[in-house]
Amino acid sequence: MSPPLLGVGEEEGQSNVTLLTSSASADSLCRSSSELKERNYMGLSDCSSVDSSVVSTESDESKRSTLNLKATELRLGLPGSQSPERDPELCLLSSTQLDEKPLFPMHPLNDGHYSSSQKTVGSGSKRGFSDAMDGFSEGKYRANSEVGAMLSPRPSKTGSVIENLGTQSANAKEVAPPKMVQERPRAANEPRPSPNGAANSNSSAPATKAQVVGWPPIRSFRKNSLASSKNTDEVDGKSAPGALFVKVSMDGAPYLRKVDLKNYTAYRDLSSALEKMFSCFTIGQYGSHGTLGKEMLSESKLKDLLHGSEYVLTYEDKDGDWMLVGDVPWEMFTDTCKRLRIMKGADAIGLAPRAMEKCRNRN
Amino acid sequence: MDPKRKKDCHDSGESTRVASTFPDEVLERVLALVKSHKDRSSVSLVCKDWYDAERWSRTHVFIGNCYSVSPEIVVRRFPNVRSVTLKGKPRFSDFNLVPPNWGADIRCWLVVFAAKYRCLEELRLKRMTVSDESLEFLALSFPNFKALSLHSCDGFSTDGLAAIATHCKNLTELNIQENDIYDKSGCWLSCFPENFTSLEVLNFAYLNNDVNFEALERLVSRCKSLNVLKVNKNITLEQLQRLLICAPKLTELGTGSFLPELTDRQYSELKRSFSICSNLNVLSGLSEATALYLPALYPACTNLTFLNLSDAALQSEEFAKLLVHCPRLRRLWVLDTVEDKGLEAVGSNCPLLEELRVFPSDPYEEGIVHGVTESGFIAVSYGCRRLHYVLYFCRQMTNAAVETIVQNCPDFTHFRLCIMTPCQPDYRTNEPMDKAFCAVVKTCTKLRRLAVSGLLTDMTFEYIGKYAKNLETLSVAFAGSSDWGMQCVLGGCRKLRKLEIRDCPFGNAALLSGFEKYESMRSLWMSDCKVTMNGCRFLAKEMPRLNVEVMKEDGSDDSQADKVYVYRSVAGPRRDAPPFVLTL
Repeated sequence: MSPPLLGVGEEEGQSNVTLLTSSASADSLCRSSSELKERNYMGLSDCSSVDSSVVSTESDESKRSTLNLKATELRLGLPGSQSPERDPELCLLSSTQLDEKPLFPMHPLNDGHYSSSQKTVGSGSKRGFSDAMDGFSEGKYRANSEVGAMLSPRPSKTGSVIENLGTQSANAKEVAPPKMVQERPRAANEPRPSPNGAANSNSSAPATKAQVVGWPPIRSFRKNSLASSKNTDEVDGKSAPGALFVKVSMDGAPYLRKVDLKNYTAYRDLSSALEKMFSCFTIGQYGSHGTLGKEMLSESKLKDLLHGSEYVLTYEDKDGDWMLVGDVPWEMFTDTCKRLRIMKGADAIGLAPRAMEKCRNRN
Repeated sequence: MDPKRKKDCHDSGESTRVASTFPDEVLERVLALVKSHKDRSSVSLVCKDWYDAERWSRTHVFIGNCYSVSPEIVVRRFPNVRSVTLKGKPRFSDFNLVPPNWGADIRCWLVVFAAKYRCLEELRLKRMTVSDESLEFLALSFPNFKALSLHSCDGFSTDGLAAIATHCKNLTELNIQENDIYDKSGCWLSCFPENFTSLEVLNFAYLNNDVNFEALERLVSRCKSLNVLKVNKNITLEQLQRLLICAPKLTELGTGSFLPELTDRQYSELKRSFSICSNLNVLSGLSEATALYLPALYPACTNLTFLNLSDAALQSEEFAKLLVHCPRLRRLWVLDTVEDKGLEAVGSNCPLLEELRVFPSDPYEEGIVHGVTESGFIAVSYGCRRLHYVLYFCRQMTNAAVETIVQNCPDFTHFRLCIMTPCQPDYRTNEPMDKAFCAVVKTCTKLRRLAVSGLLTDMTFEYIGKYAKNLETLSVAFAGSSDWGMQCVLGGCRKLRKLEIRDCPFGNAALLSGFEKYESMRSLWMSDCKVTMNGCRFLAKEMPRLNVEVMKEDGSDDSQADKVYVYRSVAGPRRDAPPFVLTL
């Protein structure tokens, strides 16, 4: 399924890959976008904005995170058949494991194998877990839908996990990337495909983590309450009844701001307030996606603005996806918005067509 | 007086009726004071008279496995029961290892109880499936019903709670703890009638929807005997303060969200309300508590014996400051955000501590993870010599640390250590963690419950079998090298009642080595081990009084027994088993 060309050029190749790997979020985006309005870009723009957000927020990790996302692409091939562009580091680790373990062990391996895996552990390697994982059934790498919900598939999260694992040499745990977990909601009953994916992640991307069902042994209610408390810690969504403060970041600005979404009743108010807040940083006119009521921008002028250093307002919703501000009714927006980001127009390439369409409708 | 001896006299020809020296009424009165169900079981085994006296006088029955006995058998034996405690699913269902719709439905029990136990007053359920219809049936069938406690149950919604609130005129306790509840709305709280005043215990801490605060405030004011109140996160600090004024005699308080945004005046009022609550023994909640408002609590902490901070991600500094005000603490539950420094403060400030539980704030390592290490645990063991219950989630541990800990605290009765990476060795020496648990079982002779983790060989289990003579519950995951390990445990631990194993290389030989033992145990759970269907079938054939149940997963090998649950039962095989549970 090749994405249609949208005249946005260079981002495409990358988007291809990210479309596959961030498929869960893309799927939900595609679905939601098809529900709301007829679009022909299949969420590609959102993917690229996702990708770009990963790129811009963790610039040094971007290469690695993209690579790792690729590495965790779902494939049906044997773990031995790795694509050449995989990180040599990862290959090295996996090759030692491949010789030892069978491909899809459906039941725990025999004693001989188990003790051999123990020997490798005893040899001083700190990758104890991944070696020992050879010793028993991969059938446990099932998506736990509850856990999947807990592991919210935010791209920035994945980046930070990988970064974290990069620094932590001790625990080479393997957790299916959240996107993979999301894609397998039924996998409690499907040990076959999951070990497939997990075997791939096992062999090819030990930097990502695989989720073992029911481990660590914590009650579900505790996981959920931790998740919700973490979310509010990070996002400071509702700090008091009646106020809805969200962080606003702007690319290139040295510090962030906070706005109370309850102070506004429409997108226009919000955008003008943000404009005032960030006016010192804005070069030229604040980017429009239909809410700038003052001037009717011609199609070409808007295109210029967006290709230049102009800005587009986006927000991160509850699912962790970066969305264009303005699509949904205001109330829905305030309910789902967790943080705002004023993105450079160059990063929000895919958003241009819709803005242009709106301009066309205006004109 | 030894009843057996009296019987001998009788047999030897004396014509006097021996029973009159110890009439049943007296015996029953005496036995009524025996509360522990273990003691009562012993009493019932003495002789037939005592068995009868015991069964007529028993008012509380505890059933640890709802499938071990049928409701009909229970009501036949104990005609005067007022309070029932029932546990259903295997414990590993808490960790999603048991598929939904497994069973343990309370319905069939309620139907029988409604016929025979009209005076039922208390029902405490753990890991049972309870539907809204069952709750309504309960509310309507037992006019004297007083106490309902639901812990880790599923299958019901807040509509069921509404039925309880509406119909149970004499309710004293409503304890909704950690359930998988379909939380539709908070309206259930408003269903308590305006003339209802008997409530003593109200716990809705884990419900998510807003309740009508005015209704709650009125309820709290008119229930003068209320001594346990645990509200949910939606209750703000300001609202909490108003509730405290209505109920200054609280002994257990669970706060709502402890988020800030109070004015100075509000803050000082809150502090004053807490200072009036001088009877507080148990404090929980405190979600989103920050250093800013914790000091408001200090006046209320003087008599605290149990502090549950497992919902509050506190940092070490504010935690340490709080602990200074809790000198009488005996039980502490905390998140690992307090880190080792926080645990050092525990060691310094809480000499009376008996129970410590440290939960992981970030179990799947989504952020930058610190958590606690072995040094925190060691610090606690130096300061809290009375420690006997520990549940500790950490990411690294050493054998030497555990050896030190048990030397400091040899009285452990419950030792549950969870090193969160499966099969992780001692991070300093890279050896298995065998020595750690060997030290635990050798030193802690009173040990009743043990959960092991980390890289473990059969040696651990040899030691457990050899030394853990009082062990009743053992939880094992990702451990052991061969069948021998499990055989040692089954052969050596005389008092073993519950054995739960997952992901270990124990196979049929291990399973079958204990087949005589399982009748003296409550249950055995083995999942993702190397047990086969044939082994299970053999066990089922040899031991007809055991229920051997296998849960199959789709797509797995037919000969493997993925999940095995073995338990003794006088009720025979289950009649309500879902299709994925095979009773052999």
